[in-house]
Amino acid sequence: MTAPFDMNDDSVVVIIGTGAGGGVLANELAQKGVSVVSLEAGARYLPDDYVNDEWEAFGQLSWLDPRSTSGDWRVARDFSGLPAWIVKAVGGTSIHWAGASLRFQEHEWKALSSYGAVEGANLIDWPIDAAEMAPWYDKAEEKLGVTRTGGRAGLPGNNNFKVLEAGARALGYKEVHTGRMAINSAENDDRMACQQTGFCFQGCKWGAKWSAAYTDIPRGEATGNLEVRERSHVARILHDDTGKVTGVEYFDADGALQMQKARIVCVAGNSIESPRLLLNSASSTFPDGLANSSGQVGRNYMRHLTGSVYATFDKPVRMWRGTTMAGIIQDEARHDPSRGFVGGYEMETLSLGLPFMAAFLDPGGWGREFATALDSYENMAGLWIVGEDMPQETNRVTLNADLVDAYGLPAANVHSDNHANDLAMRAHAYAQGKAIYEAVGATRTFPTPPYPSTHNLGTNRMSENARDGVVNRWGQSHDIANLFVSDGSQFTTGASENPTLTIVALAIRQADHIASEMSAGNL
Amino acid sequence: MPKDTNADPRAMTRRQLLARSMAAGTAFLVGAGYVAGKSGAWALEVTTLAPGTMATLIQMARDIYPHDKVPDENYAIAVKGYDDPAVSADIEAGVAALDAAAAEKGFGSYLGTGWERDRVDILRGMEDSAFFQTVRGGLVTGLYNQKAVWPIFGYEGESYSKGGYIDRGFDDISWL
Ligand SMILES: Cc1cc2nc3c(=O)[nH]c(=O)nc-3n(C[C@H](O)[C@H](O)[C@H](O)COP(=O)(O)OP(=O)(O)OC[C@H]3O[C@@H](n4cnc5c(N)ncnc54)[C@H](O)[C@@H]3O)c2cc1C
Ligand code: SF4
Repeated sequence: MTAPFDMNDDSVVVIIGTGAGGGVLANELAQKGVSVVSLEAGARYLPDDYVNDEWEAFGQLSWLDPRSTSGDWRVARDFSGLPAWIVKAVGGTSIHWAGASLRFQEHEWKALSSYGAVEGANLIDWPIDAAEMAPWYDKAEEKLGVTRTGGRAGLPGNNNFKVLEAGARALGYKEVHTGRMAINSAENDDRMACQQTGFCFQGCKWGAKWSAAYTDIPRGEATGNLEVRERSHVARILHDDTGKVTGVEYFDADGALQMQKARIVCVAGNSIESPRLLLNSASSTFPDGLANSSGQVGRNYMRHLTGSVYATFDKPVRMWRGTTMAGIIQDEARHDPSRGFVGGYEMETLSLGLPFMAAFLDPGGWGREFATALDSYENMAGLWIVGEDMPQETNRVTLNADLVDAYGLPAANVHSDNHANDLAMRAHAYAQGKAIYEAVGATRTFPTPPYPSTHNLGTNRMSENARDGVVNRWGQSHDIANLFVSDGSQFTTGASENPTLTIVALAIRQADHIASEMSAGNL
Repeated sequence: MPKDTNADPRAMTRRQLLARSMAAGTAFLVGAGYVAGKSGAWALEVTTLAPGTMATLIQMARDIYPHDKVPDENYAIAVKGYDDPAVSADIEAGVAALDAAAAEKGFGSYLGTGWERDRVDILRGMEDSAFFQTVRGGLVTGLYNQKAVWPIFGYEGESYSKGGYIDRGFDDISWL
């Protein structure tokens, strides 16, 4: 059924990356009869291939091509070559994701208007708002089968949730539940219900969690309009003298350089690779990289505030049993500057297996202080903080001239410094997390620093004015009409919610726009 | 060092092992071509590193991540990869520096430093060195990714083969 398109077929839409953004866009376009070639750097892995073992799965699925880091964020010290924990595979990081699927709050679409100017932050408003996005969120929730939406029941709470919930109630928090999750609480969309195996981060072997790998991509392929070329790493986007893009150059599975022509190119390589590709596509016409007349490509890198609080108790919790992230406290997600910062944060259950806990609880830590924490692993509960971090012009993805990948292409450097607002929010969230667990008898609590970034956002941001960002309200680049950005790098600001539902809603909306512009002859 | 063909510790009785030990008074039995636990429960063949170096690494591993319920054998497994010609020179140099640091504090060697408190003090003094960071970093996976230690921490590993926890206690907490 898979459509093999010719390399010289310049009627196809080429999509780079098959993750949450690119995978959904590919299927949505294919369903509308548009011919799509998806190029994916990674290989194809399906539920039978997933391994419920943290390091083995990490080696199997992660993006491990060279990258470098700089800035005052702790990741640069502890994991200098691994700024982000994301996937290189058909389906992208939607294989790893935990499934937390939240809509932005209304005020978060208008960060500058809501918060006012924040010194050192490059805040602007999104050119779109909650009302405009509502119907697309409806479609996204339906596609992902999000619990607590569309009449779907919530997931049952596991041990880790029960500890969180009891602590939250003791503190007077009201919005506490098992989350809005793209994980089936009952059989749905030909996929079974969650079996509470844990290992949501390593790929769901039951297919209970939504992933583009085994939903949108095969469905798109079944239309006959989508060809996915795996192990195909795009090196450069090409353009003609008029400045329109004409196709892409990529290294195929055998390492041979190929050229695929295109009518439209959509970039969805996640927020580090997408700007890297635009920058690596510099030409004499566009010496600063494609779509970069504003100079904003790669800037305003956001990764959510993040941080975790783990706590040990005098009795067992066994937090690893069951869904990794089905549990949330939303009371602190509001904007309330009386707390000493703008924006808000969510607190979500999180567990790591023993191997990852050893690596991430306190990277670099050793001795009895560290070891005794792990001795109590069985008695641990944990939560993850997801807060809105400030976009800063100087937090950015650039090309590292001294570091190249296997193809000889300059690798990305990811620079990030914490903003004062980020630090104030993280301190608040750590204190609240500690209080939650102490309210139910924690014997010790641990403020755990951010892991390599799982949410990577903002490096090709959406803006009303071309001078402020890279793409317009449709994800179309301000500079080049037939060049789109279709992943989380479009984010104008990060909001306090996990990003993927919004990435998917934007991709569905973008597919609708591209298809209608194509049939109107505008693209 | 030439390999002693009679040194296969598994072939020896505990008594023979004890008799052959060149480093009595330390935590392990160290002989030509092997390091072994005094209880005889485990033994590690060493081909490239000096056996005393391997014994030092095992002790250092325990001092970095001291889990009293984890047997020495698992620490030995965690560091045995350093018995490799590709890295052995760096490791010998690192252990020599560790022994020198012990000597500076008035001890014969790191392994001969009898009390954990004193050994940790020596380690603190060199925790920024590349050698320490290599050994510590390697242990994060070398020790904690051994499936054999998981039950000691109560960690159950994968559950897919057992059908998940849906009927096996994902929500069985009783003390809240
Ligand atoms: C452990 C973990 C848990 C998470 N949990 C949640 C959650 O609960 N809720 C939530 O909302 N989000 C979660 N996320 C984040 C979520 O996974 C991402 O936001 C989302 O997948 C991003 O989608 P994307 O399309 O931008 O990129 P990705 O899904 O990362 O896809 C990008 C794809 O592009 C490919 N690619 C990159 N460069 C090239 C190139 N040059 N040529 C060809 N292909 C290329 C990559 O190989 C990759 O497959 C989690 C992430 C992780 C790692
Ligand atoms: S806990 Fe549920 S969603 Fe997570 S991997 Fe297991 S079955 Fe899938």
